[in-house]
This record gives sequence, structure tokens and C-alpha cells, in this order.
Amino acid sequence: MEPILTISNLTKKFGYLTAVKNLTFTINKGNVYGILGPNGSGKSTTLGIVLNVVNKTQGDFHWFDGNITTHDALKKVGAIIERPNFYSYMTAEQNLKLVCRIKGVDHSKIEEKLDIVGLLDRKTHKFRTFSLGMKQRLAIASALLNDPEILILDEPTNGLDPQGIHQIRQIIKDIAANGTTILLASHLLDEVEKVCTHVVVLRKGEKLYSGRVDEMINSHGFFELKAKKHDELLGALELHDNFGKIKVEGELITAFLNEPMSASDFNQLMFDRGILLSHLVKRKESLEEQFLQLTDNK
Amino acid sequence: MLRLIQLELQKLWLNKASRVLIIISFILPFTVLILSSIKINFFGFFTLELGELGIFNFPIIWHITTFFAAQFKFFFAIVVVSMIGNEYSNKTLKQNLIDGLSKKEFILSKFYTIVFFSLCATLLIGLATFAIGMYYSSYTEASIIFREVDFLLAYFVKLVGFFSLCLFLGVLVKRSAFALGFLFILFIAESIIYGIMKWKINGDIADKIHDLFPLQSMWNLIEQPIQRIIMTKFPDNTDMVYDFAVHWYEIFIVLGWTAIFVFFSFFLLKKRDL
Repeated sequence: MEPILTISNLTKKFGYLTAVKNLTFTINKGNVYGILGPNGSGKSTTLGIVLNVVNKTQGDFHWFDGNITTHDALKKVGAIIERPNFYSYMTAEQNLKLVCRIKGVDHSKIEEKLDIVGLLDRKTHKFRTFSLGMKQRLAIASALLNDPEILILDEPTNGLDPQGIHQIRQIIKDIAANGTTILLASHLLDEVEKVCTHVVVLRKGEKLYSGRVDEMINSHGFFELKAKKHDELLGALELHDNFGKIKVEGELITAFLNEPMSASDFNQLMFDRGILLSHLVKRKESLEEQFLQLTDNK
Repeated sequence: MLRLIQLELQKLWLNKASRVLIIISFILPFTVLILSSIKINFFGFFTLELGELGIFNFPIIWHITTFFAAQFKFFFAIVVVSMIGNEYSNKTLKQNLIDGLSKKEFILSKFYTIVFFSLCATLLIGLATFAIGMYYSSYTEASIIFREVDFLLAYFVKLVGFFSLCLFLGVLVKRSAFALGFLFILFIAESIIYGIMKWKINGDIADKIHDLFPLQSMWNLIEQPIQRIIMTKFPDNTDMVYDFAVHWYEIFIVLGWTAIFVFFSFFLLKKRDL
């Protein structure tokens, strides 16, 4: 696989605070990556470093095969960080022209990219008249101007209304479908779950996991159970070797599996002990639950 | 280089405030020239006609026009500090860097624009002075006309130096208003330090050190011409004699400061996390 971004042992300290700690991962061509982590976990700092706006303290990173300077590499990258930052007194078109000048791209792409994000009819309007959703879409258009090999999005749906969120996600999916590599930083887990194939999980600047989304935790899932004989069920679960953590919320008991076990086997087992279940669901953790488990354990 | 100037000019020209300030800073120096060429009639008692005072004679006119035009550099100074301040407050600086502009290119695009503007201002004032001089001057031999044309070079260097200082202050404090405040503080600080030096050390050394200070060195490039005008009227009065010429070392000092300011602007920006 062709690497696009290689980060090795990257560290960033702000005074006493270590924002990124010894981080190592690789972004390969063609996948959609998510960087997950709670607020303040070092996502934006990491992206800031590879985008040349934050100075690293230690470690290294290189773009593509490493034979290209970061400055030149950024011309093949499209990125949006946090808020859309444009010149408020310029129109959408003028702002994009400026970006074209910076990236050294021809002006001819402007209309095409504005069309992708659905802003073509607003191109002669000043940036300051735009809503947040439109600003964010303009930022995406701007990031796409150079037909980037990788698109980096930092919290692209932050602060948007549901409609705006939906629009942005649709645009991201369309771009991903064209084979563009995407790196999406977010603390919204369902966003990452819906869009990404691979994920890097950060907590307090440290990497907890990197790999495919569906292999994030080797868990055997869990049962959600209800029974009239609540206490007996609880007792039986606690004695059984297959179960690890058990959570009780009112009537509902959630029992996490240590060993693989099918729902019907479990049902049979309980039946044999004279416990009749009124509710039995076997589930795998959602990304959110996996994420919480991952970030809690350490 | 052209790309970087284009980039900055687009940012400046599309902004209404900076466009107005740029136009003003080009036009105002000329209104002074025009005003001074008007005959002022004091209620029929006598007529004051500046043109007749000999101030539009070559070569002194080079000195006078560049000196007065330089006083209007403040308008473009506002543009310079705000072009840095705005980039910080709108976070467009960060966006520019992400889009693929290097920090070096960012500073250079500002610096090139400063040089470009100073060059335009110098050419304009040069042409205007030449035209006015040809019209009023009593002497029009080429050797006299171009004798003190080095004031134009001094004017150019003075503008570039002063705007580079503004650029540096803009990068240093990131806010336009504060940067202008700092400029004023620097002005006061130079006088205070000069005063203390004159008091504690002897006058000559204090003068020499004072001439090395950024604002003073820029001032030294074009000394005030008033004394010189009076001198031409009373040639016998030898107390009035002073050194008003443009010296190579004065230019050198200001160019030195310019290099220091531009380098440190870049250095600061490079060190910073945005």
C-alpha cells in the first residue's frame, strides 16, 4: 500500500502540558481514516503539526514517500481546520481565487468545486453573508481546488444544524467514493462510524488504537437481559466464568462476555436453572461503547 | 515573487478600508505640494507666494518634497499593521499556511508589497517633483536638477525601513491598534534613552548612539529642510549651517534595521504555534 502520511514518535509539548505523546501511525492511500478522541486529546495538534502550523517538539513525520518538502506536499493536500477561515470582505469566488494563487492552481477549477458543494449560485456573494453551513461548504470547496490526494477534515460538522451536518457528510461520502483518501478528526463517534474504514484513537495525546474500525476491540459482545427472578439471574451470572463485567440499570442487566457464547446456549442454560428470561438480546458494542471502554480502561 | 505580490495586493485592494488608506497615502502628499504652490493673499497687504521663496528650485526641491511626503507614511503604516493584525484575528494566516503558503513566503509577500508600495510612492513623488521643479525652478541645467536626486533614494529606503518596522511590530503583537501603540512607545523610548545618555555620558557619544536607533536613523535620512530654506535666505548666518546631505552610512543603518525587522518577523512567526 502506498503511504500518504507517515508519523513516527511525534511529540508536542506546550510548556508542561504534553499534547501529543510519542505518536506513530501511517495513513495509506485510498482509505477513509478517522482520528477519534475526546476534546483536548491532541487531534487538532497532531493535524496542526503535519500541516506546518504547529512546531513539533520531537519525532518526525513525512508526506508521501518522504522525498518532498512539507511545503510542496501541502500543495497536494486539502485541509480544513476547525472553523472556516476566509476573508470576510471577499466574495466566495475571490476567496477561492486567492487559494488558487497560493496553491498555484488554475482558476478554472473554481466553478466546478463550487458546484460540488452547491454554492455556485452564491459565488458573487461576500463571505460574511454566508451561514456557518455555507462557510463550511466553501471551506470544503477550497480544500478540493487542487484535486488533493488526501483531504483532511478537522471537526467538519462542528456547530452545524442537522441539515448542515447531513449535507457535509453526503459531500464527504461522495468525495470518498471517488477514491480520495480522507482523514477525519472528530469526537462524534457515529460520524466516524458512518464514514470511516480505519480509525486512530487518541487519549491525552497517546495512541490507544489504530487499525480497522471493526477490529477495534476483540470483544465477544454482551447480553441485555431481564427476568422476573432478577436476583437469582444476577447470582447465576456472577458465578459463571464466561461473564466479566455486569451492569445493572433498574430491571435491565447488561452482562459482558469473556468467552464466545451464543444466545440460545445461554437461554438453555438459564432455563435449566429455572430462570425464565423475559428479555434477551445479544449485541456487539457500538463504536461509542467500544470507544468508551477503550478510553476508560487506561 | 510576482505571485506573492499579487496575493497580497488582492488581499489589500479588495478590502475597502485599506484601499481607501492606500489611495489617501498616495494622494495626500500631492495636495500639500499643490497647496504650497498657491499664492496666499493677506487682505491686500502683501502676497505670500511660496513658489517665489525659492523652495521649488532645484536641487532643494528634492529635499523639501521628500521630507514632507515622508510625513504621510503613517497612512500606509496603518495598512501594514492591519494587514498582519487581520490575518491573525481572522485566522486567515493559519488557513494560508494550511493551503500551502510557507511562513517564509507569507512574510516575503508582505515585505515585497512594502517594497512595491515604497517604489510606487518614490516614483510618483520623483515624477511630481521633477514636473513642479521644471515649472518653478530658476535653474534647469541637468547637472543642477539631478544634483540631490539621492533624496529620492533616501525617501525610498526610509519608507521601506519604516514599514518593515511596522511589519515587525504587527507580527510581534498581532493586533493592529497595539502595534501602532508600540510604535509610539518606541518613539518615546528613543527620546528618553537619548536624554539619559546625554545626561550620563557625554553629548557626542550620545548623539552617535542615538543615530543608530531605528526611528532616529530613519529620520536622519532626510533632515528637516526648514533650516536649509532659512539658510538660503541668510547665507551670512553661519550658526545655521548643518549637515542635511544623505550619507551612505545613514542608508546602510536603515537597511540594516530593515533586514533585522524582516528577519525577526520571520523568526517570530516560525517559532510560533498558530
